[in-house]
Amino acid sequence: MKEKHTIIVTVTNRVGILARITGLLAQRGYNIESAIAAPTEDPDVYKIILVVMESDENVEQITKQLNKLIDTIKVTDISHKNNYIVREYIILKVTLTQRTRPEVLDLVRVFEAKPIDLATEHLIVELTGHVRKIDRFVELLKPFGIKEFVRSGEFAMTEYN
Amino acid sequence: MKGAEILIDTLINEGVDTIFGYPGGVVIPIFDVLYQTDKIKFILTRHEQGATHAADGYARATGKVGVCLVTSGPGATNTITGIANARMDSIPIVVISGQVATSSIGTDAFQETDMVGLTRSITKHNYLVKSVEELPGVLKEAFYIARTGRPGPVAVDIPVNVSNGILKNYKYPAEVTLPGYKPVANGNQKQIEKLAQAINSAKKPLLYTGGGIISADASAELLALLDKTNIPIVITLMGLGSIPTDHPTFLGMPGMHGTMAANLALTECDLLIGIGVRFDDRITGLRDQFATQAMVAHIDVDPAEIAKVIKPQIPVVGDARKILQELLKKVQPRQQDEWNERTNSWKNQYPMTYDQSAESDILPQYVIDRVSALADPETIIVTDVGQHQMWAAHYYKHRKPRAFLSSGGLGTMGFGLPAAMGAAVGRPNQTVVSISGDGSIQMNIQEFATCSINNIPVKVVILNNSYLGMVRQWQEMFWDEHYSQTCLKRSPTCPPKCTGPRKDCPSVYIPDFVKIAEANRIHGYRATKPSEVDEVLKTGLNQSGPVIMEFMVKSIENVYPMIPSGKPISAIIPGRSS
Repeated sequence: MKEKHTIIVTVTNRVGILARITGLLAQRGYNIESAIAAPTEDPDVYKIILVVMESDENVEQITKQLNKLIDTIKVTDISHKNNYIVREYIILKVTLTQRTRPEVLDLVRVFEAKPIDLATEHLIVELTGHVRKIDRFVELLKPFGIKEFVRSGEFAMTEYN
Repeated sequence: MKGAEILIDTLINEGVDTIFGYPGGVVIPIFDVLYQTDKIKFILTRHEQGATHAADGYARATGKVGVCLVTSGPGATNTITGIANARMDSIPIVVISGQVATSSIGTDAFQETDMVGLTRSITKHNYLVKSVEELPGVLKEAFYIARTGRPGPVAVDIPVNVSNGILKNYKYPAEVTLPGYKPVANGNQKQIEKLAQAINSAKKPLLYTGGGIISADASAELLALLDKTNIPIVITLMGLGSIPTDHPTFLGMPGMHGTMAANLALTECDLLIGIGVRFDDRITGLRDQFATQAMVAHIDVDPAEIAKVIKPQIPVVGDARKILQELLKKVQPRQQDEWNERTNSWKNQYPMTYDQSAESDILPQYVIDRVSALADPETIIVTDVGQHQMWAAHYYKHRKPRAFLSSGGLGTMGFGLPAAMGAAVGRPNQTVVSISGDGSIQMNIQEFATCSINNIPVKVVILNNSYLGMVRQWQEMFWDEHYSQTCLKRSPTCPPKCTGPRKDCPSVYIPDFVKIAEANRIHGYRATKPSEVDEVLKTGLNQSGPVIMEFMVKSIENVYPMIPSGKPISAIIPGRSS
């Protein structure tokens, strides 16, 4: 059964590492839902956080293949673990009319999203939170007319080591 | 010190005595350093693909890392097939390519190709060296990565300004620092214990071993295990030679063209012990119906191979030799029993045979048989890809490891001659016989010139059936004899829908391989009748220097047994008549 898996890949910061990782997944026929590559507290180490929709068996194979890359230090599939904090960030532009403005602003308040730019015909807001919260926010704003949004993809960090 | 000098110094420090390659614009600085050293032998091939296969053949025959040096652009892209071939068979080679200057990278400069991008999925690891400061460390890593763990090809792309760059405080690095790369050597003791117990209690154990035994140099340990336990064994194409063919518990090669005994044993065993194998689709047939009676143990140095195809109940990650040494201490002696009788009875019931006396044409199997009888027992056999490869696997009497070199995973036609050349350079005291087909040999035929000029004494056997025989066999068996583009004699005057040899077929085969020999100033012989086979082989094998021996064999002959592609082992076809 295919389900969402979040995989944290800790790598040595060398040229082309992102291409190696995404290339490896593509080469073996796996689709990537989202990928983030970012520096860590150690300048020589990068973390790449991947989200894939795959079966447990396929994720086991992906994990092993990722581990095989020379520059990979550690691979963790956090999907079945609960000691992880997972967050995502979104910037979203929603259509405003005289009529919808109060309702939209109401939702923004409830979700504790932050308005960035308010114009006569649209509102731009940002929101950080668990992926499920972001999904819900987008879903509830949809009827008002979403002009555009950008999501960061998932971030994750272990609560304790 | 200049980057090019650092490169050559590193190679010498890594113990490299031979490089196969081809020069070009951006590698002139490196070739200039080679011009001035006598510590490295350079073999100038006639094509970069030949150089890459030669480095591969050298590595297979010697166990050392093979090295290939080429220029950027077309030089680099010509190595791709060779690299992919080494990758599929886990062969340690380092391919060094020149690159345009770092300032020109990305501008589509003359002879620029993205070598790192092109080879990413077919190397174990690859590098673009961006500064001369990085060069020593990268080269040290490249050799370390190529030969350790599961061996494989490493590509190093060196821009011309890095070769020309000056490094003031060059020192050959003492060690590598790779936090993400730590191959596991020793197997987990508990798992080995579990495996030993499984062996001790199994009624129908079966060993299934492959190239991992060869690359771990574990033949002696495998033989010791067989001596102690008498477990029946099947060996893949990549593992042939790890024990002698005439070993009493050897059942042959398993898989698509495996022996009946090997395949029946796979189907019936209750414990399958895979060592240094990857449960390739050419072995398993239809995966769901593979070894359904068996508990599976899988020993491999590459953790990603475990459960990639078949999920084992007993996985053991580590070096085959070390694990076999541990296993030997833990298993109880086992005598030949009913299971051995049963597996041996299959060997007797379904022998690999042919009947040359009933034929006026030379049978390809007969030629291999005679090579086996007449060649020196220490001979290294190298094959190309196709029917002749399967016949060589079955009918040649393998005696030693690193003496049967074949393109297993990638199935690369054109591998044979250059790989044989590499093997002959690496082991000059051994006879090297390349067994090829008339199709395969033409794919790197330019290397006869390299053999001739350098007096590399490769003895090339060409089994000429005038067909791309393996594909033709599939067309005969599964495609209603639609011999589409598989006849190498076919000309525009032939009937458009040919279904096999007829009386009015073109009589002449092009090219004339004996004349190819002549043109390369080497000896060439041809046998057209069974009675000429021995004479040609005796003359050719005893001739000094490279030789071509062409055998005009029966054109329509099939490799049996055969499991049709995608079918389970039970669908095996034992032979033509059944």
